[in-house]
Amino acid sequence: MFLRATHRDAGQVTVVDFSGRITLGDGSALLRKMIRGLLDDQRKQILLNLADVDYIDSSGIGELVSGYTAVKGRGGDLKLLHLTKKVRDLLQITKLFTVFDVYTDESTALRSFQ
Amino acid sequence: MTLETKHLEITLETQVESVNLAEEMCLRVAEAAGFGEDDCYRIGMSVREGVINAFHYGNQERPEKKIHLAVDLTAEKMIIHVLDEGGGFRLTDVPDPLAEENLLSTSGRGIFLMRAFMDEFEVVEGRTGGAEIVMSKKLPAPGTTSPNGQGGT
Repeated sequence: MFLRATHRDAGQVTVVDFSGRITLGDGSALLRKMIRGLLDDQRKQILLNLADVDYIDSSGIGELVSGYTAVKGRGGDLKLLHLTKKVRDLLQITKLFTVFDVYTDESTALRSFQ
Repeated sequence: MTLETKHLEITLETQVESVNLAEEMCLRVAEAAGFGEDDCYRIGMSVREGVINAFHYGNQERPEKKIHLAVDLTAEKMIIHVLDEGGGFRLTDVPDPLAEENLLSTSGRGIFLMRAFMDEFEVVEGRTGGAEIVMSKKLPAPGTTSPNGQGGT
Protein backbone atom coordinates (compact mmCIF):
# COMPACT_ATOMS: atom_id res chain seq x y z
CA MET A 1 0.00 0.00 0.00
CA PHE A 2 1.47 3.32 -1.07
CA LEU A 3 1.82 6.21 1.33
CA ARG A 4 -0.46 9.18 0.79
CA ALA A 5 -0.23 12.53 2.52
CA THR A 6 -2.38 15.65 2.71
CA HIS A 7 -1.83 18.64 4.90
CA ARG A 8 -3.99 21.31 6.47
CA ASP A 9 -3.24 24.35 8.57
CA ALA A 10 -4.60 24.78 12.08
CA GLY A 11 -3.34 28.20 13.06
CA GLN A 12 0.42 28.10 13.27
CA VAL A 13 0.42 24.31 13.21
CA THR A 14 0.40 22.22 10.04
CA VAL A 15 -1.29 18.85 10.41
CA VAL A 16 -0.15 16.20 7.94
CA ASP A 17 -2.52 13.26 7.51
CA PHE A 18 -0.73 10.16 6.31
CA SER A 19 -2.23 6.87 5.16
CA GLY A 20 -0.40 3.76 4.05
CA ARG A 21 3.04 2.40 4.84
CA ILE A 22 6.17 4.39 5.62
CA THR A 23 8.83 2.07 4.29
CA LEU A 24 12.04 2.08 2.27
CA GLY A 25 11.53 3.78 -1.07
CA ASP A 26 8.53 5.91 -1.97
CA GLY A 27 7.04 6.02 1.54
CA SER A 28 10.16 7.33 3.23
CA ALA A 29 10.81 9.68 0.32
CA LEU A 30 7.33 11.20 0.55
CA LEU A 31 7.69 11.76 4.31
CA ARG A 32 11.02 13.49 3.73
CA LYS A 33 9.67 15.61 0.87
CA MET A 34 6.63 16.66 2.90
CA ILE A 35 8.61 17.79 5.95
CA ARG A 36 11.30 19.53 3.91
CA GLY A 37 8.61 21.28 1.86
CA LEU A 38 6.88 22.57 4.98
CA LEU A 39 10.17 23.84 6.38
CA ASP A 40 10.87 25.61 3.10
CA ASP A 41 7.49 27.32 3.48
CA GLN A 42 8.45 28.37 7.01
CA ARG A 43 5.89 25.98 8.53
CA LYS A 44 7.87 24.77 11.53
CA GLN A 45 5.13 23.53 13.85
CA ILE A 46 4.22 20.14 12.45
CA LEU A 47 1.84 17.48 13.70
CA LEU A 48 1.98 14.13 11.90
CA ASN A 49 -1.32 12.28 12.05
CA LEU A 50 -0.44 8.58 11.71
CA ALA A 51 -3.94 7.20 12.38
CA ASP A 52 -3.98 5.41 9.03
CA VAL A 53 -0.35 4.29 9.06
CA ASP A 54 -0.21 0.71 10.21
CA TYR A 55 3.31 -0.15 9.11
CA ILE A 56 6.68 1.54 9.45
CA ASP A 57 10.03 -0.17 8.86
CA SER A 58 13.50 0.92 9.99
CA SER A 59 13.81 3.20 6.97
CA GLY A 60 10.56 4.93 7.92
CA ILE A 61 11.71 5.24 11.53
CA GLY A 62 14.95 6.78 10.31
CA GLU A 63 13.01 9.28 8.21
CA LEU A 64 10.81 10.22 11.18
CA VAL A 65 13.94 10.86 13.25
CA SER A 66 15.54 12.79 10.41
CA GLY A 67 12.44 14.97 10.11
CA TYR A 68 12.33 15.51 13.85
CA THR A 69 15.94 16.70 14.00
CA ALA A 70 15.51 18.88 10.88
CA VAL A 71 12.47 20.62 12.35
CA LYS A 72 14.11 21.04 15.75
CA GLY A 73 17.20 22.40 14.03
CA ARG A 74 15.07 25.12 12.44
CA GLY A 75 13.59 26.08 15.81
CA GLY A 76 10.31 24.27 15.26
CA ASP A 77 8.58 21.24 16.69
CA LEU A 78 7.40 17.94 15.22
CA LYS A 79 4.89 15.83 17.14
CA LEU A 80 2.94 12.66 16.48
CA LEU A 81 -0.80 12.00 16.67
CA HIS A 82 -2.96 8.86 16.72
CA LEU A 83 -0.42 6.06 16.57
CA THR A 84 -1.70 2.63 15.61
CA LYS A 85 -0.77 -0.22 17.95
CA LYS A 86 1.97 -1.55 15.68
CA VAL A 87 3.59 1.87 15.27
CA ARG A 88 3.29 2.61 18.99
CA ASP A 89 4.91 -0.75 19.84
CA LEU A 90 7.70 -0.05 17.37
CA LEU A 91 8.44 3.35 18.87
CA GLN A 92 8.39 1.85 22.34
CA ILE A 93 10.86 -0.96 21.67
CA THR A 94 13.20 1.46 19.86
CA LYS A 95 12.91 3.91 22.80
CA LEU A 96 11.75 6.65 20.44
CA PHE A 97 8.57 7.01 22.44
CA THR A 98 10.76 8.94 24.88
CA VAL A 99 11.94 11.26 22.09
CA PHE A 100 8.69 12.18 20.31
CA ASP A 101 5.73 13.94 21.88
CA VAL A 102 2.83 11.63 21.13
CA TYR A 103 -0.86 12.54 21.41
CA THR A 104 -4.12 10.66 21.16
CA ASP A 105 -6.31 13.76 20.81
CA GLU A 106 -5.85 16.36 18.08
CA SER A 107 -7.08 19.40 20.01
CA THR A 108 -4.75 18.57 22.91
CA ALA A 109 -1.91 18.11 20.45
CA LEU A 110 -2.62 21.47 18.79
CA ARG A 111 -2.73 23.26 22.15
CA SER A 112 0.63 21.77 23.10
CA PHE A 113 2.35 23.86 20.40
CA GLN A 114 1.32 27.13 22.07
CA MET B 1 2.42 -31.03 8.38
CA THR B 2 4.93 -33.70 7.48
CA LEU B 3 8.35 -33.98 9.11
CA GLU B 4 9.98 -33.27 5.78
CA THR B 5 11.76 -29.94 5.52
CA LYS B 6 10.43 -27.68 2.81
CA HIS B 7 12.95 -25.45 1.10
CA LEU B 8 12.39 -22.36 -0.98
CA GLU B 9 15.13 -20.24 -2.53
CA ILE B 10 15.14 -17.12 -4.64
CA THR B 11 17.83 -14.79 -5.98
CA LEU B 12 16.89 -11.14 -5.80
CA GLU B 13 18.23 -8.11 -7.60
CA THR B 14 19.85 -5.38 -5.52
CA GLN B 15 16.98 -2.95 -5.82
CA VAL B 16 14.30 -1.49 -3.55
CA GLU B 17 11.54 -3.61 -5.11
CA SER B 18 13.26 -6.76 -3.83
CA VAL B 19 12.41 -5.77 -0.27
CA ASN B 20 8.67 -5.93 -0.88
CA LEU B 21 9.00 -9.06 -2.99
CA ALA B 22 10.91 -10.89 -0.25
CA GLU B 23 8.44 -9.79 2.41
CA GLU B 24 5.44 -10.92 0.38
CA MET B 25 7.00 -14.29 -0.42
CA CYS B 26 7.88 -15.04 3.19
CA LEU B 27 4.50 -13.84 4.43
CA ARG B 28 2.79 -16.37 2.18
CA VAL B 29 4.97 -19.14 3.55
CA ALA B 30 4.35 -18.00 7.13
CA GLU B 31 0.59 -17.85 6.65
CA ALA B 32 0.56 -21.29 5.03
CA ALA B 33 2.61 -22.61 7.96
CA GLY B 34 -0.07 -21.48 10.39
CA PHE B 35 1.47 -18.40 11.96
CA GLY B 36 -1.05 -15.88 13.28
CA GLU B 37 -1.31 -12.23 12.27
CA ASP B 38 1.11 -10.86 14.86
CA ASP B 39 3.80 -13.42 14.10
CA CYS B 40 3.35 -12.89 10.37
CA TYR B 41 3.92 -9.17 10.96
CA ARG B 42 7.10 -9.91 12.90
CA ILE B 43 8.38 -12.35 10.29
CA GLY B 44 7.54 -9.98 7.43
CA MET B 45 9.25 -7.07 9.14
CA SER B 46 12.34 -9.18 9.87
CA VAL B 47 12.60 -10.29 6.25
CA ARG B 48 12.26 -6.66 5.13
CA GLU B 49 15.02 -5.61 7.48
CA GLY B 50 17.27 -8.49 6.43
CA VAL B 51 16.90 -7.63 2.75
CA ILE B 52 17.28 -3.89 3.40
CA ASN B 53 20.50 -4.71 5.24
CA ALA B 54 21.74 -6.77 2.28
CA PHE B 55 20.64 -4.14 -0.24
CA HIS B 56 22.09 -1.13 1.51
CA TYR B 57 24.98 -2.23 3.74
CA GLY B 58 26.03 -5.57 2.23
CA ASN B 59 25.75 -4.93 -1.49
CA GLN B 60 26.15 -1.15 -1.15
CA GLU B 61 23.18 -0.76 -3.55
CA ARG B 62 25.37 -2.05 -6.40
CA PRO B 63 23.06 -3.58 -9.04
CA GLU B 64 25.55 -6.19 -10.25
CA LYS B 65 25.40 -7.89 -6.86
CA LYS B 66 22.63 -10.28 -5.82
CA ILE B 67 20.70 -11.01 -2.66
CA HIS B 68 20.06 -14.67 -1.91
CA LEU B 69 16.95 -15.45 0.12
CA ALA B 70 16.13 -18.94 1.35
CA VAL B 71 13.38 -20.28 3.58
CA ASP B 72 13.38 -23.64 5.33
CA LEU B 73 10.19 -24.87 6.90
CA THR B 74 10.81 -27.71 9.32
CA ALA B 75 8.40 -29.43 11.69
CA GLU B 76 9.52 -27.03 14.44
CA LYS B 77 10.31 -23.69 12.89
CA MET B 78 10.57 -21.39 9.91
CA ILE B 79 14.18 -20.52 9.15
CA ILE B 80 15.09 -17.58 6.93
CA HIS B 81 18.49 -16.97 5.34
CA VAL B 82 19.44 -13.65 3.75
CA LEU B 83 22.82 -13.68 2.06
CA ASP B 84 24.51 -10.70 0.43
CA GLU B 85 27.64 -10.34 -1.72
CA GLY B 86 29.37 -7.72 0.38
CA GLY B 87 32.34 -7.88 2.69
CA GLY B 88 30.52 -9.23 5.74
CA PHE B 89 30.25 -7.74 9.19
CA ARG B 90 30.40 -8.67 12.85
CA LEU B 91 27.45 -8.18 15.13
CA THR B 92 29.78 -6.81 17.78
CA ASP B 93 30.58 -3.90 15.46
CA VAL B 94 26.94 -2.83 15.16
CA PRO B 95 26.14 0.14 17.43
CA ASP B 96 23.38 -0.29 20.00
CA PRO B 97 20.43 1.79 18.70
CA LEU B 98 19.03 2.05 22.23
CA ALA B 99 22.15 3.79 23.58
CA GLU B 100 21.43 7.39 24.48
CA GLU B 101 23.94 8.71 21.95
CA ASN B 102 22.33 6.69 19.13
CA LEU B 103 18.65 7.40 19.79
CA LEU B 104 18.53 10.15 17.16
CA SER B 105 20.49 8.19 14.61
CA THR B 106 18.64 7.94 11.30
CA SER B 107 19.81 4.37 10.67
CA GLY B 108 21.01 1.24 12.44
CA ARG B 109 17.78 -0.25 13.80
CA GLY B 110 17.32 -3.15 11.37
CA ILE B 111 19.45 -5.68 13.23
CA PHE B 112 17.80 -4.70 16.50
CA LEU B 113 14.32 -5.25 15.06
CA MET B 114 15.20 -8.67 13.63
CA ARG B 115 16.61 -9.72 17.00
CA ALA B 116 13.51 -8.44 18.77
CA PHE B 117 10.99 -10.06 16.43
CA MET B 118 12.54 -13.48 15.80
CA ASP B 119 13.26 -16.34 18.22
CA GLU B 120 16.77 -16.99 16.94
CA PHE B 121 19.08 -14.64 15.10
CA GLU B 122 22.71 -14.82 14.02
CA VAL B 123 25.03 -13.53 11.33
CA VAL B 124 27.55 -15.91 9.76
CA GLU B 125 29.96 -15.73 6.86
CA GLY B 126 28.11 -16.90 3.79
CA ARG B 127 29.33 -18.92 0.80
CA THR B 128 29.72 -15.68 -1.18
CA GLY B 129 32.01 -14.25 1.48
CA GLY B 130 29.27 -11.81 2.39
CA ALA B 131 27.12 -11.73 5.48
CA GLU B 132 24.43 -14.36 5.90
CA ILE B 133 21.63 -13.53 8.30
CA VAL B 134 20.01 -16.67 9.71
CA MET B 135 16.87 -16.17 11.75
CA SER B 136 14.02 -18.39 12.81
CA LYS B 137 10.59 -18.44 14.39
CA LYS B 138 9.09 -21.44 16.14
CA LEU B 139 5.92 -22.72 14.56
CA PRO B 140 2.79 -22.27 16.65
CA ALA B 141 1.72 -25.42 18.44
CA PRO B 142 -1.30 -27.00 16.71
CA GLY B 143 -4.53 -25.51 17.98
CA THR B 144 -2.89 -22.65 19.86
CA THR B 145 -2.89 -19.96 17.22
CA SER B 146 -5.40 -17.26 18.03
CA PRO B 147 -6.64 -14.93 15.28
CA ASN B 148 -4.11 -12.30 16.34
CA GLY B 149 -1.33 -14.83 16.54
CA GLN B 150 -0.65 -14.58 20.26
CA GLY B 151 -0.37 -18.34 20.55
CA GLY B 152 2.59 -18.46 18.26
CA THR B 153 4.87 -16.17 20.16
